[in-house]
Amino acid sequence: MKPDHVAVSVRREALPAWLLLAPFLLVFTLFFAVPALETLWLSLTESSLTRTNAFVGLDNYHTLLNDPSFWDSVGTTFYFALLTVIPLCAVGLVMALLVDRFSRFQGLLQGAFFLPYVLPISVMTLIADWMLQPSSGIVNHLLGGERAWLADPHWALPAVAIGTVWWTVGFNMLLFLAGLRNIPRELYEAAALDGARGFTLFRTITWPALRPVASTALILQLIASLKVFGQTYILTSGGPFNTSRVTLHYMYETAFTQSDAGYAAAIAMAFVAIVVMLSLLQAGIVRWLAGRHA
Amino acid sequence: MNGRSSIGWTLVAGACAILLLVLWTAPLLWALSTALRPELETVSRQFHWLPQSWTLEAFAKTLGAGKLLRWLFNSFFVALAVTLATMAISLMAAYAFSQLRFRGRNIVFGVAMLGFLLPFEALLVPLFRTMNQLGMINTYAGIVLPQVVAPVVIYVFKQFFDAIPADFREAATMDGAGPLRVLWSVYLPISGNIVWAMAIVTFIAAWNNFLWPFIVVTSNEMMTIPLGLTQTYDAFGVRYAQLMAAALLGALPVALAYAVFQRRVTQGFLAASGLK
Repeated sequence: MKPDHVAVSVRREALPAWLLLAPFLLVFTLFFAVPALETLWLSLTESSLTRTNAFVGLDNYHTLLNDPSFWDSVGTTFYFALLTVIPLCAVGLVMALLVDRFSRFQGLLQGAFFLPYVLPISVMTLIADWMLQPSSGIVNHLLGGERAWLADPHWALPAVAIGTVWWTVGFNMLLFLAGLRNIPRELYEAAALDGARGFTLFRTITWPALRPVASTALILQLIASLKVFGQTYILTSGGPFNTSRVTLHYMYETAFTQSDAGYAAAIAMAFVAIVVMLSLLQAGIVRWLAGRHA
Repeated sequence: MNGRSSIGWTLVAGACAILLLVLWTAPLLWALSTALRPELETVSRQFHWLPQSWTLEAFAKTLGAGKLLRWLFNSFFVALAVTLATMAISLMAAYAFSQLRFRGRNIVFGVAMLGFLLPFEALLVPLFRTMNQLGMINTYAGIVLPQVVAPVVIYVFKQFFDAIPADFREAATMDGAGPLRVLWSVYLPISGNIVWAMAIVTFIAAWNNFLWPFIVVTSNEMMTIPLGLTQTYDAFGVRYAQLMAAALLGALPVALAYAVFQRRVTQGFLAASGLK
């Protein structure tokens, strides 16, 4: 197309384009852009849930740095990430390999592994709560004893983590499965001709091809795990003794129980900063590891 | 790797597959086995894998007593509204971003994609305040509206439209058809697969959304299933047969959707991760 042609079409297409964009821009502005800026603004004020009061500069952030409850919640969130990120990726990888290996049973295996991922969170928490019930729960029946898992400071968070692995691992399996499907079959045939078998095939072909998928899965999972809230809120209410109160839960309590919207907004900002920094850090580590293997 | 691994490996892999299959199906089967018992059996000291006397009592009581039907309706209505609105809004926006030339296109697209970066969780407090000011607490509009902002859906549609040869549009534009008409009668019919996949995934995500309804809904009447099911101790008491019946009834619609549209669901979730 000649330049004057482009200029004409830019003018002719501008109006329809903005009309087509209008609905999106409206909801995007009202329910994303403005709230995003408002979070920043609120964090610099002393505000309640219903009114915005004085501008207080960085006071909320100053309080935040010296607030042991906040740092405890960050520690709990990290612990949850530690308990879930690697298991979710590892189990997802194993499931994908099994679905791929037993392709005759693909429908059954993939369906069973992925189904929990499409269920509402409270279906998982209701079943987990019943299974972990101290006196008549099936877990205590199988293991013996009458441990109150969700009321035990050492076990509450690991128990929620196990429920989370069951609930969400299906998505990671899908990622790895898509990665596996992209590996040319000829590679395996050629390697088999060279006498490679079993684990050697995995080590020399499958794993190198899956490594980029694995690093993507690790990043996505880290972000998802840091954003934990519903599972702990429903199953333990953050207890016992706040040992399972994660950062988003602390933010929720600050905003909606204490009605301290300004401080809650500061927590939200700090939370976003932590998520971004950790994702970048993890991406850096993964890349560094990949570079060493290359 | 079929057929080329040793028998030992096949046995190990087979055992792993069976173990994981049992672990991943057992909780739902156990919930079903519990829901089919009389309530007394769930508190009995005697442990049985299967109900001693089978009954649908728990399902009947759950549907009759609580607000479960109301919550199911709310979820259905909200998920449908979110899906229809998201599809319409995102298709129009993606078409404009992909096919029309206008000043500021790249900047606006870039800003829209920021929606990827900032987690929704960070917006909860101001969003609640906004809804409060608009009087939308405990309303369908309040539950639905923030959920229709879906930059990732726009991104997926834009990628798809970008790959469609330009001749397509030019031929239609020659006939004097306007952009909306071209989108509707030329682009939509050939995008059926991806639109269906994204629609189903949007529906499931809206059905399952817990966090936003949890913030914007306080009345029992307006709760959706994920939220309502957390209130079941109040609704049914600690009656595990009924609780499991409620959980299974709440799971059924999405489980069915997954069973029917399995391929599209997996395709949609992969596309929605922005990775394809």
